[in-house]
Amino acid sequence: MTTLAFAVLLGASLLGYALNRQAASAIHAGGTRLHSLSNHHGLYALLLVLVPVLVLILAWLALQGPVIDRLTMAGLPEGTLEALDGGGAQLVLAEIKSLAGGRVFGDPEPWKQVAAERYASLRLLSGQMLLAVVAGLSAIILFFARSRVGAGFRARQRVEGIVSGLMIFCSVAAIFTTVGIVAALLFETLRFLEMVPLTEFLFGTNWEPQIPIREGQVAAEGAFGWLPVILGTLVITVVALLLAVPVGLLSAIYLHEFAPARLRAVAKPVLEILAGVPTVVYGFFAILVVAPAIRDFGAAIGLPVSPNTALAAGSVMGVMLIPFISSFSDDALSAVPRSLRDGALALGATRAETVLNVLFPAALPGIVGGVLLAVSRAIGETMIVVMAAGLIAKMTVNPLDSVTTVTVQIVTLLIGDTSFDNPKTLAAFALGMMLFLVTLAINVFALRIVRKYREAYD
Amino acid sequence: MTDSTTEMTGAPRRHATTEAVRASIGRRHRKQVYVKALGLGAISFAFLMLSILVISLASSGYKAFTQTHITLDVFVDSEEISAEKLPRGGFDDVLTAALLVHLPEVDASDRATRRKAEGILSKGAQFQLRDMVVADPGLIGQTVIMTVPLSDPYDQLNKDLIDRDTDEANRRLKNDEISWFDTLEVEGLISTPLNTGLITNADSRFPELAGLRGALIGSAWALLVCFLISFPLGIGAAIYLEEFAPRNRISDFIEVNINNLAAVPSVVFGLLALAVFIGWFGLPRSAPLVGGMTLALMTMPTIIIATRAALKSVPPSIREAALGIGASQQQVVFGHVLPLAMPGIMTGTIIGLAQALGETAPLLLIGMNAFITSAPSTPLDSATALPTQIFIWADSPERGFVSRTSAAILVLLTFLVTMNAIAIFLRNRFERKW
Repeated sequence: MTTLAFAVLLGASLLGYALNRQAASAIHAGGTRLHSLSNHHGLYALLLVLVPVLVLILAWLALQGPVIDRLTMAGLPEGTLEALDGGGAQLVLAEIKSLAGGRVFGDPEPWKQVAAERYASLRLLSGQMLLAVVAGLSAIILFFARSRVGAGFRARQRVEGIVSGLMIFCSVAAIFTTVGIVAALLFETLRFLEMVPLTEFLFGTNWEPQIPIREGQVAAEGAFGWLPVILGTLVITVVALLLAVPVGLLSAIYLHEFAPARLRAVAKPVLEILAGVPTVVYGFFAILVVAPAIRDFGAAIGLPVSPNTALAAGSVMGVMLIPFISSFSDDALSAVPRSLRDGALALGATRAETVLNVLFPAALPGIVGGVLLAVSRAIGETMIVVMAAGLIAKMTVNPLDSVTTVTVQIVTLLIGDTSFDNPKTLAAFALGMMLFLVTLAINVFALRIVRKYREAYD
Repeated sequence: MTDSTTEMTGAPRRHATTEAVRASIGRRHRKQVYVKALGLGAISFAFLMLSILVISLASSGYKAFTQTHITLDVFVDSEEISAEKLPRGGFDDVLTAALLVHLPEVDASDRATRRKAEGILSKGAQFQLRDMVVADPGLIGQTVIMTVPLSDPYDQLNKDLIDRDTDEANRRLKNDEISWFDTLEVEGLISTPLNTGLITNADSRFPELAGLRGALIGSAWALLVCFLISFPLGIGAAIYLEEFAPRNRISDFIEVNINNLAAVPSVVFGLLALAVFIGWFGLPRSAPLVGGMTLALMTMPTIIIATRAALKSVPPSIREAALGIGASQQQVVFGHVLPLAMPGIMTGTIIGLAQALGETAPLLLIGMNAFITSAPSTPLDSATALPTQIFIWADSPERGFVSRTSAAILVLLTFLVTMNAIAIFLRNRFERKW
């Protein structure tokens, strides 16, 4: 039904294009001078149909699900829902839907059968109504658009007006996304803070989100202090940066100043490949190669090494960040005016001295900006740590120990669980909020540094 | 007197400076050598890491591209399988009987031994036979020649991944099982053909049956949705910001916003999708549609930034010439600037889609890591994607999945390299010097 509605829409808009274009051409052929090209008359009809009807279809599709669900539940016999709480009602609804989809397990109660038939008929009705509305609305708009064709009609300006509106909408989509992120995170975080006080979240040193599932269960009480989680994130980030910053910087300096052109031509694409490898691959690399290697090495020299070490996750993350830092530093070094470099060389400085004492300080703001962006990426990086770091939050700074990170906790708390009514899942959103705020602050700061610095030599 | 003093003090000082410089030259050059060596070391380290990565993946992954099979003469016994009861029937018993013909030393009356011998064949073999018989019931009562996969431990044994020299207690296959396999191999029943199931099968709990079909189709759907949303939105936004937007606070804010969005951690986009698309709008979990929408939001900033760069590189003279002969602003952009910028835009889009293809974290949060044994037929069906499939397999305890994971990564990297190669080709082929 939905596909048919889209087909009708497509057909109607193309028809509008053809009709209007032909009508305009006919006027033109009659010897009258048109204000706009006949092509614009066609486009006018096309856009006039396409935009509102498409919006209508999408809105309809977004709204029909909840409305039909509500109608189905309202049509159940009296008293069936009273005994059920929210979760139970959801289960009943899911069962009705699977019945309506033709997946029958066992012998469902008759009222469920009835509800399923009702659900199916409501869906069918909604589809038919959508189709009818789309066809009707398209016809009206087509008729209207066709009636506008005339020698003096300013079709081009109208088309350009619509196109401008569409482009502005596209640009605003970025803001929508940001607003969506902030709204979603804020909303769920506030609900989390209703259950867990802010001070406990920010200053608690114990992170044990596994709350009792049944009431009165004597297992772990949920504890939501994020300090061990952020500490673990920092340990891994520091390990990653200790590897990535020197290696990235040195390779940028080498490539920029010393490397023969041939090596440069090979090394740059290789670094780009390294940057394009998906992080899930790095994660697998960490558990397949790096973690066992570190464990064996630790065993060989008699150090206690846990199976999931911060060192393994951090060093693989460092490898991931090398190309990022090196390409940023390379750009920053290239942005330093040649005259500075030539001046230093003319005074008799060696190349190493030129790079280290002249170019490097001049490029430092850009490099710092790049490193900061790398920090933000390391904090927000998910797959490597999900696969290679541990799950248990510990207050430790020992890189040979197993630590957990903000992103690991978000993923493990939410995998396979979407009930947003307990602190366990909501805690993931609170962590997400903190992650968003921290990385946002670093990003804004870094982008500002990079920008300011770039302007200095322009 | 004065002259002589200057001569007296000046000459030694000049001498001292030169000396000092001379003395320092060696040190300074050595420093240069150090810096150079360090730089070379850093580059080599990056190369080394890349090669270890590729070599370790290739060496553990190439074995998943073949699969051990056994060829059996299966007598489809009408006592076990009757035409009325299809698709039910004792397909596994029929297969075991066909297998035991070649293993006379197995005592078929002992249940435990019989079960152990059954373990040679993959659990999927009986379904292969079932599908054959259901498709053609005329096979009942006849003998068919079938090639079916062996189960994972025997596959590992055939690929020399199980060391026969280890202590029997610590080995996955005991001595008698290995001798059965050797018997079968001596009879020439074992073959190791190319593992087409890796691409054509969907996911399975059994490594010898697991394939990437579901993940490939799921990824394709998600990428299609991602492209359909992010490409028009991204290009529209970029054209507006680059060509039409007035330079004011609002357009500045949008620009800062887009740059920030490009640097937001991917897992946050997953949270957004989970709360908004699934929680508020009630879209289905695990669906490529939701995955594609999420990836689109992440890809959009990349496309916008690349498109703006491409538009910027079109020289103003083109715009001025078009404006000069009376074209409107939009006609200039859509008729002249955009076609010239298209190769750059395509390059940026392909690179953005390649990133989206490898993205895992947001897909995990919306449930695209579900275990699903069929390929999705619409973007609303539950599905996995390539990177999430890799994640699931990497988590699986069975040995066979280690090589499967590497093989899946090799498939994913092949796609990525291909996409990047196309992007580079486009860039080189259509790049203009103005």
